[in-house]
Amino acid sequence: MLHKLDAQGNVNVPAGDVAERKRLDIRDERGLFSRALDRRSFLRRALASGAALGVCELSPHLVAMPSWSGSEKQDDTQFTVEAKFYQKLQNQKIKCKLCPRECTVGDRERGYCGVRENRGGTYYSLVHSRVCAAHVDPVEKKPLFHYLPGTLAFSLATAGCNVNCKFCQNWDISQMRPEEVPAEYMPPQRVAALAKQYQCPTIAYTYSEPVIFSEFLMDAADAGHEAGIRSVVVSNGYMQEDALKTAYGKMDAVKIDLKAFTESYYSKVVTGQLKPVLDSLVTLRKMDKWTEIVYLVVPTLNDDDVEFRGLARWIKTNLGVDVPLHFTQFHPEYLLKNLPITPVPTLERAKAIADAEGLHYVYIGNVPGHPAQNTYCPGCRQMLVERVGFTASNILIRKDSCPFCHHPIPGVWHT
Amino acid sequence: MSAMRSASRRDFLKECLSGAVLGASGTMGLLAPSRPAPVITKSKVVIAHDDQLRDAGSAVDSLRVLDLLDRAMQSLLDRDQPIEAWKRLVLPGDRVGLKVNALGGRGLASNLQLVEAICGRLQEAGVKASDIVVWDRDTDEMERSGFHISTGGSGVLCFGTDRVDYEQELATFGSIGSRLSRILTQRCDVLINVPVLKDHDGAGVTLALKNMYGVIHNPNKYHPDGCNPYIADLNMLPEIRSRMKLTICDATTAQYEGGPAYKPEYSWKPNALIVSQDPVALDYTGWQMIERKRAERGLKTLEGDGRKPHYIATAADGEHRLGTNDPARIAVVEV
Repeated sequence: MLHKLDAQGNVNVPAGDVAERKRLDIRDERGLFSRALDRRSFLRRALASGAALGVCELSPHLVAMPSWSGSEKQDDTQFTVEAKFYQKLQNQKIKCKLCPRECTVGDRERGYCGVRENRGGTYYSLVHSRVCAAHVDPVEKKPLFHYLPGTLAFSLATAGCNVNCKFCQNWDISQMRPEEVPAEYMPPQRVAALAKQYQCPTIAYTYSEPVIFSEFLMDAADAGHEAGIRSVVVSNGYMQEDALKTAYGKMDAVKIDLKAFTESYYSKVVTGQLKPVLDSLVTLRKMDKWTEIVYLVVPTLNDDDVEFRGLARWIKTNLGVDVPLHFTQFHPEYLLKNLPITPVPTLERAKAIADAEGLHYVYIGNVPGHPAQNTYCPGCRQMLVERVGFTASNILIRKDSCPFCHHPIPGVWHT
Repeated sequence: MSAMRSASRRDFLKECLSGAVLGASGTMGLLAPSRPAPVITKSKVVIAHDDQLRDAGSAVDSLRVLDLLDRAMQSLLDRDQPIEAWKRLVLPGDRVGLKVNALGGRGLASNLQLVEAICGRLQEAGVKASDIVVWDRDTDEMERSGFHISTGGSGVLCFGTDRVDYEQELATFGSIGSRLSRILTQRCDVLINVPVLKDHDGAGVTLALKNMYGVIHNPNKYHPDGCNPYIADLNMLPEIRSRMKLTICDATTAQYEGGPAYKPEYSWKPNALIVSQDPVALDYTGWQMIERKRAERGLKTLEGDGRKPHYIATAADGEHRLGTNDPARIAVVEV
């Protein structure tokens, strides 16, 4: 189903759902989240209201949750489930097997992600159904350009992340422990019901890092599928193979943030490793899972031509030329406020290099109105999907192919 | 009593101190050569011990721990009277925070009688009760450790950061980018650190410097690589460094393995306090005590176990200068 945004940047909701929508909005400011807006929250709201105007694209992940005042205590028990991916060790220690970090965690301690805790030798996730951000987003915002263009995704997150990117746009949820941000109890069936209610054909796990809420993601995906709702994940791909296969095996599409193509960048800027992410991309390819890649171009840190070329060649060799690659614009945030916004010519240079290496679908992101946001047929160069901001229009792809030259266009398209 | 105490002190030193750590008299002997030697400024670490600290039920006796604290403070600050010692640290009108460690629960959290003794002496030194806050990161955790929560009134306050949140803006130094507890930034002019002497499965040991992990919102991000250089970088934050006046490390009960959670099978009762204004020297001294205990129990050294607390050396290096880890520059005084 296609959606339209109104002038205020809101998704148009059928009349019958307006009351419920309003109720949700009110609940967002009262009830569970009954706190006065502080400056940060005010700015967030202001940004959110500009979403449809294209302003929002500069702030790719919006979280319309007011900041927590610390005065309310959440009931941990309803969010706590035994973790799925870990190994018990001696002395009540455990080794986490979810991500390549493999934290060894002592009793009463948490892993690097901050959302998994060892209690007497049993490892628990503290964020099952603990939703700290929920939005109805265009799927283009993820971005997924070859996945049901023009549709909505019921997008949600919990607190926590298994890396610590210095440029994180959402650090005030991703770098928090769950008790430090307001959250709502939203069990899987409720997630599926809300997605259906807002006419979202997809649930998107996004904003923070879904790796760390894998148990919830899997259960929500199951609930969604039972209700006819698909699931997509926006992830860093920093995950162990078994966990990836188990959790992301339930996804209908995956977007991976490949943050750079050097180990040194991953070590210094991301606090992780490149190799496991590349391994994850290869695994997803073998699983035949629809995958798109985003590469955030950060001036002076990962914007070298050699790196762009190496990246494009690696994708061509290991994943194929049809994997969409999005070069997106960096904006100074969090711990990297000393660098400028990525110049558009840098992004265009990156795209030119990847194009020259033979990749078929290279996009430029976070630059509203740039023609490299559109999808063109690699065969006849006709425009097949036009995008302005997060709005997709003139979607011409039919039966997975170009209507002009019948060149196959891979992706997950409307039937 | 005095003789008993003296004898037990010797035993205590034998048990705990390595050859690198010297008593005060020994230090003076070394510094009394036949010709003038360069003056070396030493960091004083006082270890106060009382093997009669506990009552028949093994609970720490309030009066004896007060006496222990007094001896430690008088020795540390060279004062004949305990209140005079405290007056060197705090002034009437100061808002004083006691950063305790409640992680270990009732078995291994900062000792309640000790905290009460500190609060009592602070008040006698002129600090209003309501200007004193006993705190850690989480109120429930403190409650489970036996602290009586109080968020208002005229008495001493006691609660966790969860009640007031962290600052919105990040404080940064080196590898650190964290939101600081508003208790620290908005309610403390003077910070007194009250950690517990214990083993840590990542850092090796957790004492004065590591206890500052309870001040920030994201300690989970700083446990890789033995918490190094994170612990040292964290303690460099001006908001912490400018307020930190004293560390009173609770070694009434300690743990040499299996930390930081309480593991009774690995704990012992040194019945001591370790007090210093140099957190690096204190951490070095406490580390040696844990190593001695590990050796006594036939365990590997922390280095042999892959957990040498490298962060202590980092805290002392040229980029940090938070104190000294050089045993030749540490004067351990046993009282």
